[in-house]
Amino acid sequence: MSSDMPKPEELARVSFQPPESDWMDTPVQFKSGTYNFPAAKKNVEYLKMPNPHAWAVDDKDWMLGDKWKEKILDGISDRLQKFRSFSLFMDICVRCGACADKCHFFMGSGDPKNMPVLRAELLRSIYRKNFTVAGKLLGSLAGGRELTEDVIKEWYYYFYQCTECRRCSVFCPYGIDTAEITMIGRELLYELGLGINWALEPAANCFRTGNHLGLQPHTFKDNIEFVVDELETATGINAMPSFNRKGAEILFITPSADVFAEPAIYTLMGYLLLFKYLDLDVTFSSYASEGGNFGLFTSHDTIKSLNAKMYHEAERLGVKWILGGECGHMWRVVHQYMDTLNGPANHLEVPRSPITGTVFENTRSTKMVHICEFTADLIKHNKLKLDPRRNRKVIPTFHDSCNPARALGLFEEPRYILRNVCEQFYEMPENTIREQTFCCAGGAGLGNDENMEMRLRGGLPRGNAVSYVRDKHGVNMLACICAIDKATLPPLVEYWAPGVGVCGVHELLGNALIMPGESEERKAGKINLRAEEDDDESEGGGDV
Amino acid sequence: MATFEYEGVSIQVDEDGFMEEPEKWNEEVAKALASTEGVTELTEDHWKVVNYLRDYYLKFGVAPMIRKLCKESKYSLKQIYELFPSGPAKGACKVAGLPKPTGCV
Repeated sequence: MSSDMPKPEELARVSFQPPESDWMDTPVQFKSGTYNFPAAKKNVEYLKMPNPHAWAVDDKDWMLGDKWKEKILDGISDRLQKFRSFSLFMDICVRCGACADKCHFFMGSGDPKNMPVLRAELLRSIYRKNFTVAGKLLGSLAGGRELTEDVIKEWYYYFYQCTECRRCSVFCPYGIDTAEITMIGRELLYELGLGINWALEPAANCFRTGNHLGLQPHTFKDNIEFVVDELETATGINAMPSFNRKGAEILFITPSADVFAEPAIYTLMGYLLLFKYLDLDVTFSSYASEGGNFGLFTSHDTIKSLNAKMYHEAERLGVKWILGGECGHMWRVVHQYMDTLNGPANHLEVPRSPITGTVFENTRSTKMVHICEFTADLIKHNKLKLDPRRNRKVIPTFHDSCNPARALGLFEEPRYILRNVCEQFYEMPENTIREQTFCCAGGAGLGNDENMEMRLRGGLPRGNAVSYVRDKHGVNMLACICAIDKATLPPLVEYWAPGVGVCGVHELLGNALIMPGESEERKAGKINLRAEEDDDESEGGGDV
Repeated sequence: MATFEYEGVSIQVDEDGFMEEPEKWNEEVAKALASTEGVTELTEDHWKVVNYLRDYYLKFGVAPMIRKLCKESKYSLKQIYELFPSGPAKGACKVAGLPKPTGCV
């Protein structure tokens, strides 16, 4: 973390005093540490998006191209016709303010334009001026304003200060989903060639190599082989999976960070041990080598084509169904977009656990099961031998990742697993978990380093809840089920709640699973998947 | 994109100072990039890490996993931070001319 970052006690003193001028007359100010770098021209070109050009935020002229106003207004018009939700969201807000203080970026920055209502108003004001009779006649009296280059700059700043986490929408009496407004706002910016690199480069990589990180097939395989070796050193178990194996029953797809970054690779170790334990007929794919879908942070067209890749691969390999790993936004795409964009997946079978016989009725159209559903079902049917004492040094709480929580409703399964694999488990306060969960503040493409101050500001509510359970119950681990979380929560807790680690749920499952043929050291609970050794004899461990 | 110049070396870099054209990397470029990382002299230890990264990149097209870097170069993470104060990804990889990894990392 940069040494010029303000100290937590300074950053926590948030001023909620609004500017003196009216919001329409308050120009955007790009402050270092609170905005995202533009997408590199090569990535805009690779994705075949309009107006690829090199530019910088502090350039006076953003080179919006010819007829840029028409492109924006045509873009709004097209989307008003295409998306009934967008059309409604432009009209039905009564500005009651229920959403205003629910956004983590507003709580951490005090900037009124981070109130979801005002973020939406940045676009709604252009809609009013150009698409409503009152706005055309009365202008600002009816909440309308002119479309200018400054408006575009303001959109770029604030539509990339929204992580599309949808916490505000939980509180809206009309059900307005500000994430969808942000998504449309971003699409409109793309019409002018204005995107952020942290969203577009992963999307371009995913088309090029199959995953966000740009791992080519041989690299993807080599990384997993390395993790398998490390796992064998820690456990004595060789859990090598198969790749691109036709005729396997199940295709497993997980975020590419699980095969690259820490602590996500320890979650991968947990999956591998589980598959080995069950002797599951499962295969990895080096083509569908990404669970995530940065299309969700890019455009509806990109969502569709990246999502289709998973289903094409399932069809090519001839598997029966897909098992998905600990990913966040993948589950929003699968649960809320897939069926309309690419579904139903009639070439696959309704998923049925080969171990317990459970049919996952909820996945009847998507044919894709969340690994936490799969594992919780195994535990419920007493199919796993677990030794929670091996996690005795871990006192976890659970961070509901925004998308599995609010888009998939996956609340109980990860908690059920944690309670079965750990001796203790504590919840954070109820208005910070489940459907009210607070974002890691680095989702939707914002998890880069240049935006770190804004990430930490937005991370204040989550950090506050973590430090509360750390101080009250001695919690020392924040378990989560999203690869973005595993990348963005470590600096967040280091800053706001030092002393707490971050891990995946299946890492803790992997620690607790009593594997046939495991090493004596592991059997005695003296080594975990991170190969951290514990010589504390007095606390025991071993078979129970 | 910006141009970075140092002792006769001129390279294109992104906002974070990473090379835009990794294929143009050479030892003089490494020295120039090291100067931006507070590394005034590239010692044998620095070169071992940089050369490992370079070889890996040419074979695999991306940066290695940090755990693999430590294991195969035989430098602990702590030692790598001592050599490159910004760490393996932002320091060592930058000097070796590798692009930044992006995505859920």
